[in-house]
Amino acid sequence: MKMTLLKKMLVAVAVSATITACSNGAVSSISGAGATFPLPFYNAVFGEYALQTGIEVAYGGIGSGGGVRSLRDGVVNFAGSDACLSDEEMQQMPEVVHIPSCMGAVVLAYNIPGVETLHLSGQVIAEIYQGIITKWNDAKLLALNPGVNLPDKNIVPVFRTDGSGTTYVFTDFLSKASPSWQAKMGTGKSVNFEVGIAAKGNPGVANSVSQTPYTIGYVGSEYAFAKKIPYANVQNARGQMVEPTLQAISLAASCQIPQSTCVSITYSDVPNSYPISCFTWMLVYKEQNYAGRLENQAQANVQLLQYMLSDQAQTIAQEMNYAPLPKEVIELSRKNIQTLTYNGMPVSVN
Amino acid sequence: MRDKLFHIILLVVSMFVPLVCGGIIYSLVTDAYMAFEHFGLVNFLTSTDWSYTPGNEQYGALPFITGTLLTTLLALLFCIPFSMPVSLFVGEYFKGTKLAATLSTVVDLLAGIPSIIYGIWGFFTLRPIIMALNISPQGSSILTASLVLAIMIVPYASSLSAEFIKMVPNDLKESAYSLGATHAEVVRKVVFPVAGSGIFSSYILAIGRALGETMTVTMLIGNTNHMPHSIVSTGNSMASVIANQFGEADGLRLSALIAIGLVLFVITALVNGVGKLLIKRARID
Repeated sequence: MKMTLLKKMLVAVAVSATITACSNGAVSSISGAGATFPLPFYNAVFGEYALQTGIEVAYGGIGSGGGVRSLRDGVVNFAGSDACLSDEEMQQMPEVVHIPSCMGAVVLAYNIPGVETLHLSGQVIAEIYQGIITKWNDAKLLALNPGVNLPDKNIVPVFRTDGSGTTYVFTDFLSKASPSWQAKMGTGKSVNFEVGIAAKGNPGVANSVSQTPYTIGYVGSEYAFAKKIPYANVQNARGQMVEPTLQAISLAASCQIPQSTCVSITYSDVPNSYPISCFTWMLVYKEQNYAGRLENQAQANVQLLQYMLSDQAQTIAQEMNYAPLPKEVIELSRKNIQTLTYNGMPVSVN
Repeated sequence: MRDKLFHIILLVVSMFVPLVCGGIIYSLVTDAYMAFEHFGLVNFLTSTDWSYTPGNEQYGALPFITGTLLTTLLALLFCIPFSMPVSLFVGEYFKGTKLAATLSTVVDLLAGIPSIIYGIWGFFTLRPIIMALNISPQGSSILTASLVLAIMIVPYASSLSAEFIKMVPNDLKESAYSLGATHAEVVRKVVFPVAGSGIFSSYILAIGRALGETMTVTMLIGNTNHMPHSIVSTGNSMASVIANQFGEADGLRLSALIAIGLVLFVITALVNGVGKLLIKRARID
């Protein structure tokens, strides 16, 4: 009696396992995980993609690091990341292709009652975040903001407590714009901030800034645009004070970009470009036959990547407050998608 | 036959829980091993450095252990003046009345509120008050986190204490009254000594709750990775540093975070163990 019940259960398990394994007809889902920065865009664009093709794309916003881990473990079809893989990471994994999906920026949100425009330079931001400039009416800030009535109050800088692509882009910009920052603080997803308070995620920083007078914080542009938080104009490499707009962000990448698209575009030399701009990438294995994946899964993956570069997807990006990719970058990425293989042969998509 | 089958199923299913618990301990220990090996157990627990500099990563748990212990201790201190009257009200002075039942329901309701809601309340309501009182310039501090934690643990402390206060034998109290003792003297000289270890254990369980609280603390403590120099400075607790940083952590840093998790697990298990032991003793008395 005992045996029959156990046997029945075992049979049921075995049957369901076989059904799952045999369902190799049409691909019905693609899975991805990684950066939270493009999450609102991905939610919108993958929703539209599911409507058009019936393929559900499940994307988990678990952070760039978690996304890369998932790809390394072979549990996802693509990883989302705000930073290219480091040399060390590349050595641990088979060859990975980076496909940018959209652009964004880091803006400096501030809360100074009565002040409506603020101009900042990389050096001044670096000194604020290093605790060298401590008052809003510091001579260096007054020099950048003639005619603005900056108060005699202490500056409270707000930074990200969680490791973040936003921090990476922000510190990458500061390292280029300020020698003292490069020497003492450096670039990273987490750096050792010594002054200020920390908050988790863009919402945490944005709320801390909007709720606390005399604070300044760095926030992802898509979040600041959507929430209409006041943010500063920042001086670019050409010495121009630039307001972060989608056009100014896209301009930052309108220059010579290497084939891999793995390049930092902060402090770009392009006139009128916003200096704290960045790409966000979808990372896929060049050889798509991994962890038992079937060829139709690889084809679905390639189709999704192609869709992300389409005008429609790029328009959705703008609706969600992300900057579209410049034409040159889309062309480069189309070529990069063509290099993907399944068992060494190019993935054919009809 | 059927009985035996039921017996076996019961055994298998109940073994599942200790198995999961053992699995958690096993994976915590194996994943934390790298950090312990790299820094040394004592050095890891006593170092105050938390630095991401590539090539010279330094991860020490002391600022977070301090943050957790400070917030918990302060929360306990702030909680006593509120939970103690509630437990006396419900368990002694208004024992069995409708008013007491209503009060204890409302207090127990506090225990059911998700911690994120306490966090939001603390962030948008309490923090501006702290700023307005000029206690801390940006409002996020160990003190702010402790105040909200105190409210969160009131129901844990008060409802169990009330049960122990109710359990004090009536003949003991009546004999004190017959000697001319006032109600306050009965509470002081009879109720507290008899229910004492039970009340103590209920506070230990409340501590266990405060130790692991993550979301509320993260929203209010300021999340800075250095040693707090006063209770109004910002800090970080063990639970909140893990919640904040594991998403992008890898390698040594991930291992250090898991090691902090293991330390928190051990501290919480010890505290709960002591509490359970005291409750057992209180029952026997």
